[in-house]
Amino acid sequence: MNVADLTIAQLREAYRAKAFTPAEALRALAEAIDRKDPAIGGYLSYDLDLALADAAKVDLSLPLGGVPIAIKDLINVEGHPCSCASRMLAGTYTAPYDATVIRKLRAAGAIPFGRTNMDEFAMGSSNENSGIKPCHNPHDTSRVPGGSSGGSAAVVAARTAIAALGTDTGGSIRQPASHCGVVGLKPTYGRVSRFGLVAFASSLDQCGPMTRTVADAAALLEVIAGPCDRDSTCLPDDVPRFTEAIGRDVKGLKIGLPAEYFAAGLDAGVRERVESAIRVLESLGAEIIPLSLPNTEHAVAAYYVIATAEASANLARFDGVRYGHRAEAADLIDLYKKSRAEGFGDEVKRRIILGTYVLSSGYYDAYYLRAQKVRTLIRRDFDEAFAKVDLIASPVSPTPAFRRGEHHSDPLAMYLADIYTISANLAGICGISVPCGTVPVEGKDLPVGLQLLGKPMAETDLIRAGHAYEASSR
Amino acid sequence: MKVRDVAHLARIALSDEEADRYQEQMDQILKYVEQLSRIDVTGIEPTAHAGAVFNVVREDLITAAGLSQSAALQNAPAVAHDQFRMPKVVE
Repeated sequence: MNVADLTIAQLREAYRAKAFTPAEALRALAEAIDRKDPAIGGYLSYDLDLALADAAKVDLSLPLGGVPIAIKDLINVEGHPCSCASRMLAGTYTAPYDATVIRKLRAAGAIPFGRTNMDEFAMGSSNENSGIKPCHNPHDTSRVPGGSSGGSAAVVAARTAIAALGTDTGGSIRQPASHCGVVGLKPTYGRVSRFGLVAFASSLDQCGPMTRTVADAAALLEVIAGPCDRDSTCLPDDVPRFTEAIGRDVKGLKIGLPAEYFAAGLDAGVRERVESAIRVLESLGAEIIPLSLPNTEHAVAAYYVIATAEASANLARFDGVRYGHRAEAADLIDLYKKSRAEGFGDEVKRRIILGTYVLSSGYYDAYYLRAQKVRTLIRRDFDEAFAKVDLIASPVSPTPAFRRGEHHSDPLAMYLADIYTISANLAGICGISVPCGTVPVEGKDLPVGLQLLGKPMAETDLIRAGHAYEASSR
Repeated sequence: MKVRDVAHLARIALSDEEADRYQEQMDQILKYVEQLSRIDVTGIEPTAHAGAVFNVVREDLITAAGLSQSAALQNAPAVAHDQFRMPKVVE
């Protein structure tokens, strides 16, 4: 039995049967990482000694007792590095505290193990913006794993992790999950605490599970969700038993198909896989209803104003004083400017500059305020749609994983590929990517994801329908 | 938009090559974003928090200790007298 091939549910069963101990599982996982990860680049680091110390005192009766979880490198785990895949923090920063999601994972018996690669400060859709090293798609290493949680998706797909945490600001969980053929769930904004996550765009960021099965995603979400007195944007609602949605059928569930998500620009192979998945849900008893989300075309523009504005404010904290890279400089302004010039990569600089501009005096109303009003229109589109349907089904990404370097000199082309995922973050609703087959591209089979979007706080519907599809397609 | 000026406001030093390249890319992105100005948003309220949470308060009690001074300083690039060390700002 190879530990890294197991799901969370199977690993828990193996512990119960005393097939191996958590320490043995961690050693086997470390061996799999050493053997496979050099070709993938999904991990920035792991610390077996720290994890073994956690394993020594773990309570196997807890919901995630002894389960190792790979952690995106922007989530603080006390005593571990947290570099956000940036030269700004790499090699110099050790997290002094646990994020709330980590505290909750530990309380449920899980063991944080391994720091996963990502686009620097979560800015990117391909992992090509990692400031540390490239990350490759396990299905074709000449292609990107997606991003920004590309490392988390790649390690789950490559079977060098059992499950991982990612974060999603404009699709950063769902898009890499789709490109790597794993399950990725973005919770409703406010469902999961952001305390201890290095912030990119505070009104859009959410942390969620990346796993091999929908049941594993439900088990992880059940643990990390819930109110937090250190994040005032976190919602007070009780956490449903998400795992109880596993196995419920989809009879009578109304699923909407937005015309705008099946329009020009969608790859024919991706369309065929997604439409076939929707037919499966229909055959299981779901009712399919065509609908429209008319403001979709404005989502990318509104997103890149709001996200960059918030990023420019959030990343002001990296000034070479309290943590991070510090350049030699004679005066204070020079110290700031040089430290940030040397510490940040290309895309991060570009977004900070754009964000600073759209917030600057004289331009605030024309860009930032207007984008927030367009955000209201996008949210209303979903409110109206969800008055008629329980879920919305669509592709995650217009194409399968692309080749490294394909969009290299054209940031706008890269932004436009986020068209199907960005609206969910603007509207604050929840979404999941579930693998729905592969398309053959240049001799390789590349995964495609089915996106299901749900009403605010209706993750149960995502899990119910996602699992029903997954079960019938296996 | 003048990339050099905004980069100064954002406290990022740019090389000439970066400034030229960003200028071109930024002009292209802003041209795309221009579409926002053509949308009718009369009477539309801006959305800041998608979940509409207001006035979250708690009892005014110390519920958790913050970082200790040594933990807060542990990642600092330069420390002196248990404080962050900075270049001189006044002559």
